Amino acid sequence: MSDKLEHFVTSEPFDPYEVEALTPEQERFYLASQWRMMWWRLKRHKLAVYSGAILFVLYFSILITEFLSPYALTSRHTDHIFAPPQSVNFFHEGEFAGPFVYGLNYKLNMSTLKREYTIDKGAVQPLRFFCRGDKYDFWLGFESNVHLACASDGGTFFWLGTDRLGRDVWSRILYGTRISLTVGLVGIILSFILGITIGGAAGYFGGWVDNLSQRTIEILRSMPELPLWLGLSAALPVTWSPVAIYFGITLILALLDWPGLARAVRSKLLALREEDFCTAASLMGARPRRIIARHLLPNFMSHLIASATLSIPSMILAETALSFLGLGLRPPITSWGVLLVEAQNLEAVALYPWLLLPAVPVIITVLAFNFFGDGLRDAADPYK
Amino acid sequence: MIEFLARRILVMILTLVVVSALVFVIIQLPPGDYLTSYIAELQSQGENADPQKIEFLKQEYHLDKPMWQQYLIWVGGIVQGDFGRSIEHNLPVSEVIGDVFVNSLILNFSIVIFIYIVAFPIGVYSATHQYSWGDYGLTLVGFFGLATPNFLLALIMMFLAKKFFGTSIGGLMDPEFENEAMSFAKALSILEHLVIPVIVIGTAGTAGMIRRLRANLLDELHKQYVITARAKGLPRGRLLVKYPLRMALNPFIADIGNLLPQVVSGSVIVSVILDLPTTGPILLEALRAQDMFLAGSFLLFVSLLTVVGMFVSDLLLAVLDPRIRLEGGTSR
Repeated sequence: MSDKLEHFVTSEPFDPYEVEALTPEQERFYLASQWRMMWWRLKRHKLAVYSGAILFVLYFSILITEFLSPYALTSRHTDHIFAPPQSVNFFHEGEFAGPFVYGLNYKLNMSTLKREYTIDKGAVQPLRFFCRGDKYDFWLGFESNVHLACASDGGTFFWLGTDRLGRDVWSRILYGTRISLTVGLVGIILSFILGITIGGAAGYFGGWVDNLSQRTIEILRSMPELPLWLGLSAALPVTWSPVAIYFGITLILALLDWPGLARAVRSKLLALREEDFCTAASLMGARPRRIIARHLLPNFMSHLIASATLSIPSMILAETALSFLGLGLRPPITSWGVLLVEAQNLEAVALYPWLLLPAVPVIITVLAFNFFGDGLRDAADPYK
Repeated sequence: MIEFLARRILVMILTLVVVSALVFVIIQLPPGDYLTSYIAELQSQGENADPQKIEFLKQEYHLDKPMWQQYLIWVGGIVQGDFGRSIEHNLPVSEVIGDVFVNSLILNFSIVIFIYIVAFPIGVYSATHQYSWGDYGLTLVGFFGLATPNFLLALIMMFLAKKFFGTSIGGLMDPEFENEAMSFAKALSILEHLVIPVIVIGTAGTAGMIRRLRANLLDELHKQYVITARAKGLPRGRLLVKYPLRMALNPFIADIGNLLPQVVSGSVIVSVILDLPTTGPILLEALRAQDMFLAGSFLLFVSLLTVVGMFVSDLLLAVLDPRIRLEGGTSR
């Protein structure tokens, strides 16, 4: 029987679990934490990543506002009232001259009483960097006068023009960023606390707590927000200090924002409280607060954070609108909305259109938050 | 259906009661009342406030009674059509509000109509042509519409109109019609002036509506019954109108609940900028002057607009969708 197959046994070691063994990459993937997976998913969403980067730059800038802005918040240049933007040039008559601005010649037109500025092509004013300029109290507590960029000696550097008191619009926008961006953050934190507490209680206990909170939410959601905000902020006493007004406004913004979050928390809790691990926790003697905070909330924290990110822009817009109408923040606090009050006068805007420029960062921020929040929401469910 | 209607009306009335209480608390929040500031103003002018007059005003406005009694008097008056007196204008509130309220109604109604007319075809197009250039372009425009606050849009529009046409676009009609009776020319003028505010206020709502309609319709289009219908040879257009569109229409109407507060909010602030004779500017002025009866009535009115609007949308929904009226409550 020569056609019989030769019996063959390999001498290599045999691992019956070889098929199930994971390569290092697979292992990394399967054992990744939820947050890590969220990060991976978020990274694939290009628009969200760019928006996140923009937001990071914006938020980072508020840490060093004083250093970035060429002038101090309130420094006035009385001989440069309503000066037009001076664009930064690099080439003077075809030759490279480094970043510089042309000087401005000022003339009051006696027949129209309009301030007319002409660009003086002869006056090349090179910008200085890391230079000494207006003095400021840095928020960490020390005094300094170093700025990223400032005008040459005796020259001016109004990148985005000046306003009716001769204050540099660019510097003021930078200072406004600090207030406008934090209003949304503080507001969302307050709203987060309210939403989780109320929604958590409603979802976990059910019954009359749930009923009460649901009816409250329905009523709050059926009210037009802006008139209500107006009414509430008109109620803030005029005698309050600027800081108190600031926190008052954030509280008002949060008061109308929590219902959305509370609803999300409630509907999730209603389903989750029936799970076995929840029963187990309560059998072991955990109190409701611990069950909600330690066992239930972490299940959908990522979702909550994502949806909270999406409601920050509406808060920023609301603050801008309120301040614009004169019922929100008031000078000396400077936010983008406060800056836009200058643009309320149509005649002024027609003559000095650069007063509308504080609107640009508002739109950029809101768009960035929207895209970032969208990406975050998609990423929040990495198991999909 | 009658049971549904009754329950819905009951809920609406309850909501209004709570809203009125809330409004009353808000207008009572500022420290002091109009009377104290009035006396202070008199004194700053060197006049001594006549104690008799103050006493009279106090009684007239019931400022000497406890809070809850003031509330009851206020609400009681409103139910009988008496909204109190505006201290700032020295007129009954109903006279200050009258026309203005009608204007607000016209404006907000036009905006809602505009949003539906524009959002519907665009939303359907975006969903049926997903990931086409048209879809991307419209989505981008929509995002900008959502991100630009409407008061900024109003400012920019005014700026552009001033710059390129040399006209001012404020007001609700040309000044020469202001005191005339309603005529065709006047109606035309109003229509002309409505265009800008309607676009400005409606943009954000339209953008949101398009996004939601697109998402809803896409959900439906990916369902199996659509494939089945296609497989048995139903033409695309007929299929779309017959099944998925009807399903996607439901949230479209239910959404008026989200839409109305947004529209009313927007019209308040845009009216201030465009100087429209609606509730917005007067509400703002009243709030600044702490003219509480006037401000309170306005707050109540704008809330009433949304609450009644939602009631109407619920009714529409019930007519459209038997599941809702049979279950007696929203199905969600």
